[in-house]
Amino acid sequence: MLFSMLLDAAIGVMGAGIGAGLVAIGAGIGIGRIGGSAMEGMARQPEAAGRIQTAMLIIAALIEVVALFGVVVCFLIATADPA
Amino acid sequence: MIKKFKRQKLKLLGFSFLAFLFFTLNTATAFASGGGDGEKVNISEMITHHISDSHEWHFFDGATLYLPVILYSADRGIEVFSSSNFFGADHKVVEYNGYLYEHGHITPTDASRSILDFSITKNVASLFLTAALMLFVFLAVARGYKKNAGGAPRGIQSFFEPIIVFVRDEVVKPNIGPKYERFLPYMLTLFFFIWFGNLLGLLPGAANLTGNTAVTAVLAILTFILTNVNGNKGYWGHIFNTPGVPWWLKPVMIPVEVVGIFTKPISLALRLFVAITAGHIVLLSLIGLTFLFHSYAVGVGSALVVTVINFIELLVATIQAYVFTMFSSLYIGMAIADHDDH
Repeated sequence: MLFSMLLDAAIGVMGAGIGAGLVAIGAGIGIGRIGGSAMEGMARQPEAAGRIQTAMLIIAALIEVVALFGVVVCFLIATADPA
Repeated sequence: MIKKFKRQKLKLLGFSFLAFLFFTLNTATAFASGGGDGEKVNISEMITHHISDSHEWHFFDGATLYLPVILYSADRGIEVFSSSNFFGADHKVVEYNGYLYEHGHITPTDASRSILDFSITKNVASLFLTAALMLFVFLAVARGYKKNAGGAPRGIQSFFEPIIVFVRDEVVKPNIGPKYERFLPYMLTLFFFIWFGNLLGLLPGAANLTGNTAVTAVLAILTFILTNVNGNKGYWGHIFNTPGVPWWLKPVMIPVEVVGIFTKPISLALRLFVAITAGHIVLLSLIGLTFLFHSYAVGVGSALVVTVINFIELLVATIQAYVFTMFSSLYIGMAIADHDDH
């Protein structure tokens, strides 16, 4: 019975949702750390604020892509043919 | 003076916000009319249709460009016909000349035959469009430099000069090193092709060119070839005879390093594909919410959110072009660097 439950497509979709949530947690931690460090850096050295902001945006975009991996995988699982 | 400038900037921002909002609402109404009444809208099917390649270019309901289909098979040779032949009365997909059109792919009805598909699909057409636009823009820029050599840039030239100088001085030069000049044409082409492709893909009704694995993989393979063809002794030495590693660790190190050669282009291709495709998925899912809830309030809300996300997508389009170019130059720079600092 457990096996047939595991094969259920609905469980797979649920797994996709949970996975996307986990990815969001990771990306949130990453972007939060970058934002926090950038704020600290800007407060310490306001004259470098421009350069820090540019670097921050680029690194944030890199992490965002990891979060978007979650979106794509979630989408692919959710739209997959259950057969 | 500065105040006036700022006000102008704000006006411009407000205007572009409204323009985007208009586009979004327009797209939303197009979907609404396509959904039919009472019929359940399949959001995921709509999204898949929008992010994948196809043989017809559907701008909005009522305006579809049927692109040519070019097939090669051993028994029939080259066949060219319009993809409109696959669409019979009231847009039902029909069989034509022994070929079936399903999920954006053409398959022969006779399973024993095999075909090669060289068709000009939506993405290919969009690739041509991007190439034509780039030729138009950059030939004009190059002409500008020829005409007023040494003088101040004029017209379209003055828009692109800072970007070209930025790519050269901030992206290519620090990452490749002193021998950067040989790779500068490739890097500039890469940057502007990805940037133009990303921006054109954001237009309503446009193709998802840079969000296609084939396109991003070709770009990554070009970087892969350039990296490995130009790799010097130090580069290959680091892979097959990593300095400073005891001999008994080599059986582990060599496979890891060899895999590393291939993971670099794969990560390049995947990053661009995911960033652009997922952006489209997010935008379309938010628009799709309106039709799940069947409510005007949700429609206005999601139109506002989508407009804001569209602005973020403009930023992402630029950053992804930057990141792809930066990593490409970094990989090439690592392959051609002089390793005598050990």
